[in-house]
Amino acid sequence: MEEIKLIVDGKRLDGRDFEELRPIKIEAGVLKRADGSCYLEMGKNKVVAAVYGPREVHPKHLEDPSMAIVRYRYNMAPFSVEDRKRPGPDRRSIEISKVSREALEPVIMKELFPRSAIDIFVEVLQADAGSRTACLNAASVALVDAGIPMKGMVTSVAVAKVDGVLVLDPMKEEDNYGEADIPFAFLIRNGKIESITLLQMDGRVTAEELRRALELAKKGAMQIYQLQREAIMRKYIKEEEVVE
Amino acid sequence: MPEDILMEIKKDYVLSKLRDGERIDGRRLDEIRPIEIRTGLIAKAEGSALVRLGNTMVVAGVKMQPGEPFPDAPDQGIIITNAELVPLASPTFEPGPPDENAIELARVVDRGIRHSEAVDLSKLCIEEGEKVWMIFIDIWALDDDGNLMDASALAAIAALLNTTVPAERFEVGDNFPLPVRDLPVAITSLVFEDKILVDPCRDELSIGKNTITITTDQNDNIVSIQKSGPFLLSEKVFDRLIDLSIAKAKEVRRLLKDV
Repeated sequence: MEEIKLIVDGKRLDGRDFEELRPIKIEAGVLKRADGSCYLEMGKNKVVAAVYGPREVHPKHLEDPSMAIVRYRYNMAPFSVEDRKRPGPDRRSIEISKVSREALEPVIMKELFPRSAIDIFVEVLQADAGSRTACLNAASVALVDAGIPMKGMVTSVAVAKVDGVLVLDPMKEEDNYGEADIPFAFLIRNGKIESITLLQMDGRVTAEELRRALELAKKGAMQIYQLQREAIMRKYIKEEEVVE
Repeated sequence: MPEDILMEIKKDYVLSKLRDGERIDGRRLDEIRPIEIRTGLIAKAEGSALVRLGNTMVVAGVKMQPGEPFPDAPDQGIIITNAELVPLASPTFEPGPPDENAIELARVVDRGIRHSEAVDLSKLCIEEGEKVWMIFIDIWALDDDGNLMDASALAAIAALLNTTVPAERFEVGDNFPLPVRDLPVAITSLVFEDKILVDPCRDELSIGKNTITITTDQNDNIVSIQKSGPFLLSEKVFDRLIDLSIAKAKEVRRLLKDV
C-alpha cells in the first residue's frame, strides 16, 4: 500500500489544526411531518434526523408497561458514498443503530411515557467519516425539537490517531489511513460534560493516548454543544415571531 | 413471564451482595471465571477451539478458501467473522438471521483480531490482485452463562492459532500454519454505578447489561473498545477500566501461550 502523509507541516490535509472541528451547520425543525427534526452538516457529512413519538407501539408485544421504548435507525442512502451502497440495513448500520440507541436511551426520560414508542430515524445523505457522530448530534437536536424530556443534550465527536498524533473530528482520509478511530458521545447537562454515553474504538493506541483522546473529544463536544443550542434557540425565536 | 420474576429476585440478590463488595459466586470483583481452552476438536475445520469460561461455552471454527482480494488490498488475505447465537445456547435466543447482538459480537471480535494485526495477511497472498486466502471465522455459542464476548474472542484467536492453511487441498502449494503474530484478548466488565465486575456471569447481568469490552494486544496497546448497553459511563470508571483491562488481559494471554 502507498504511504499517504496525513499531516504536512503541522497541518491536516484540509488545512485544519489537530484540535479543530470541521465546519458544522445545524438547522432544527426542517421536516413538516415529523414531531421533531434536524438537518446537520459536519464537514462533508449531510444528515437528516426525524423523531416520531411518543406514539403507540407497533408491533404491540414490544410495549413496555413501565416506560417508553426507544428505537433508532441509522441508514445510509445508496448515493451517500463513492461506491453505491446497497439500500437497506447492513451489519455496520445495525451495529451503529444499536450503540447510538444505547447512547440516547439513558438520557431520554422514558419513564414518563409508559407503553409508548419514541422512534428516531436518521438518514445519511452524504457520508465522509464520522457519520455516526453527525447522526447522533442531529438526533439529539431533533429530540429536543420534538419536545421529548431529556436529562441533557447528547453531543458526539470522534478523535483519530493519524501519523502518530491525535486529531479531532477525522475526515475520510484520516479515517481510512489513520491508526485509530475513537467515536465518543457525551451527556452534557447545564453546560457541563457529565458522562460518556457512546464509546467505541478500533485501531491501536496506548492507554495514555486513550486518556488524551478523551480530553480532546470533550473539548470538541463543548463546541458542538454550543452550536446545537444555538440551532434550537434560532428555531424557537423564529416561531415566536410567527406568533406575533 | 416466570423468567422475568426470577430475574427480579436474582437482581435483588446480586445487588445486596454487591453492597458488601461481594459477588454471588464468591469471586473478587476483578476475578475471571476458570478458563479452559481445547483446540483442534473439529477435524474438518482448518482450525477450531472450544472455550469454557465458567459455564459459558463457545466453539469457534476456521475455514479457508482462495478468493478474490479487495481492490484496495490486492496482496492481502481476507478475514470474515460471523457469530451465531443459536437457540440451544439460551432460552432467549431465537432461530433466524443474526440479530443486533450477534452482529455486535462478531464485529467486536473481528476488530480485536484485525486491529491487533494478529494474522499476517501479507503472507496470505496466492497471486497478487487475483487470488488470496479468505479466512472465515465462525463463532458458535453453545451455552450462554454470561460474557459470550470474551469467550468468543478467546475461541477465535485460539482457533486461528490452531489453523493450518489448506494449500494442498486447493492445489496451490504446501500446507502451512496460519501466520499468527499477536494475541488479542478481550476483557468485558459489567459497570454498575461506580463498581466494575470483570467477566460478568448471566445472573449478574440481571442488574443491567451494561458492559464495556476493551481488547488489548500483547504490547498492551488498546485495539478495540465497545460500550454496550444503555447507560451513562463516568469518566472515573472509564479511567479505571483502561488499566484493569490491560492487567486482566495479561492473565488470560498466558493461557493462550500454551495453545
